[in-house]
Amino acid sequence: MSVLIYAENAGGKFKKSVFEAVTYARAIANQNNTSLVAISIGDVDAAELAALGKYGAEKVLNVSGEKLKNFVNQAYASIIAEAAKKHSADIVVLSNTFSGRGLAPRLGVKLEAGVADGAVALPQQDGGKFTVKKTAFSGKAFAVVELTSANKVIALVPNSYKVTETGETAQVEDFTAETKDSDFKAMIKEIVRSTDKVSLPDAEIVVSAGRGLKGPENWGMVEELASLLGAATACSKPVSDAGWRPHSEHVGQTGIAVSPNLYIAIGISGAIQHLAGISSSKVIVVINKDPEAPFFKVADYGIVGDAFDVVPKLIAAVKEYKASA
Amino acid sequence: MKILVCVSNVPDTTTKITFTDNNTQFNTNGVQFILNPYDEIALSRAIELTDGGKGSVTVINVGEVNTEATIRKALAIGATDAVRINAKPHDAWYVAYQIAQYVKANPFDLILTGRESIDYNGSKVAGMLGELLDIPSVSIIKKLDADDSSATVEREIEGGKEALTIPFPFVAGTAEGVAEPKIPNMRGIMSARTKPLTVVEPVEAKTFSEVLSYETPAPRGQVKLVPADDTARLVELLHTEARVI
Ligand SMILES: Cc1cc2nc3c(=O)[nH]c(=O)nc-3n(C[C@H](O)[C@H](O)[C@H](O)COP(=O)(O)OP(=O)(O)OC[C@H]3O[C@@H](n4cnc5c(N)ncnc54)[C@H](O)[C@@H]3O)c2cc1C
Repeated sequence: MSVLIYAENAGGKFKKSVFEAVTYARAIANQNNTSLVAISIGDVDAAELAALGKYGAEKVLNVSGEKLKNFVNQAYASIIAEAAKKHSADIVVLSNTFSGRGLAPRLGVKLEAGVADGAVALPQQDGGKFTVKKTAFSGKAFAVVELTSANKVIALVPNSYKVTETGETAQVEDFTAETKDSDFKAMIKEIVRSTDKVSLPDAEIVVSAGRGLKGPENWGMVEELASLLGAATACSKPVSDAGWRPHSEHVGQTGIAVSPNLYIAIGISGAIQHLAGISSSKVIVVINKDPEAPFFKVADYGIVGDAFDVVPKLIAAVKEYKASA
Repeated sequence: MKILVCVSNVPDTTTKITFTDNNTQFNTNGVQFILNPYDEIALSRAIELTDGGKGSVTVINVGEVNTEATIRKALAIGATDAVRINAKPHDAWYVAYQIAQYVKANPFDLILTGRESIDYNGSKVAGMLGELLDIPSVSIIKKLDADDSSATVEREIEGGKEALTIPFPFVAGTAEGVAEPKIPNMRGIMSARTKPLTVVEPVEAKTFSEVLSYETPAPRGQVKLVPADDTARLVELLHTEARVI
């Protein structure tokens, strides 16, 4: 018995969501009095790999190779499943990111495992029942799901578990696994990375704007505020439908669900479908000129005012705060 | 091109979510069920891809008889025919397994699902189907173009996007951007009544998970309003009180 954590890298580096997942997996290993093995696939240097030890990984399996440079869920799932079998891991943890969501179901089938995607808390293991709390109804509720299978796959939502450093460095060893040619049928032609931008699903701060901004030409101040705060930018559905912003920024019930520490909503009404995807944000700030906007009912802090007046002032205030900090 | 679109029947997006029986059952009282919005996008793209006799679009749903209104909606939007596997959709594995068995007997070039269903948000059926059928699966597709033997898709990745070419058959989970949802017209609604809807009995399948109970998020306190001309106060509160910056 052991716990296996898949540590996904972004351009050779691990992001905070990976450290959260390793910390979380360590806590599960402790619950079961067992060891924690991490697996990394792609090009990650040895020091970065060993650093996973800080969060409690005892061993890191390193898988690399020309064909594995980019994420191919079929091949990656084969490798992770094989590592799980070789290390007798009955629990596999990954991050509930875009790639995590592509891998988890394939792993579920390969390992005949129940899959708890969207996990937001440590599993409870009382009376022989293994239950995981996960988001449901697009963040309008949580479901407590029992995994009844011997093997389990858990995908942890970014920002839902606190990173703690408990260990030191991990022992890194190379791992090779069989992959079939058919695992590589999906051929990557092109990858376009917007490297200067914070990725939305695991952003700690999100600055989001809605139809109240009137048009795409007014997004400069939203981007400026976001960049000052090291935040990702987002928008409401009508904004992306109108083509003012890309669909990848649309948050809500039919967009991306986010759970940042801080969500700033500018000129967004707070329709139930929008709130669905953002309600697990820890702190919500709303700027809206309509004091009756439903968003104020779920906000922690609010400013009733015109965005075109408030946001530039807020930018100035953040600059001042940063200068004095 | 033969396309299969997997559709699920979910609570309307405006539904206020409540539970009964000591928070163990979703309260369906007064809830309207709809075609999962992402599935609607998948279906709309499938119809565009097969327009003008270039193929057929079958929709498939694992569900009991009460999902037929949703299936008819899919037919009204323009699907060629429909299959309902007559079972309660116990969990993603169960659903994927039933559909996989059907597809093994009735092959398709392309299988589309929505990126996730808006009730359990699992985004698992596409990947599980891919694995059960041993074919590629790609999720969170933003763009999908196809010719007779393969497709080009664009999918979202952390901090960017990726373009892929994939030979048929494969499974894709579609998101906004792939197509504009189509609204059924009168002719569609009329013809939906007579389009074939085959009911298939389920096969024996395992289940690996079970929802034991539900919780609703803790209510937030009162909003603290800051005057519009005192943004410095807001920054201070975010720093000292909320501790998020
Ligand atoms: C099936 C379905 C799924 C949906 N899914 C989503 C989803 O995932 N995400 C989503 O966001 N929506 C979704 N919607 C749409 C949702 O119902 C709302 O229409 C949408 O959230 C409204 O966006 P908005 O608040 O930007 O625009 P509006 O409703 O137009 O509101 C604009 C707000 O800006 C304020 N405002 C205007 N001018 C200013 C100004 N100068 N300064 C400050 N404030 C100003 C107004 O007071 C108003 O509150 C969905 C709808 C359906 C039917």
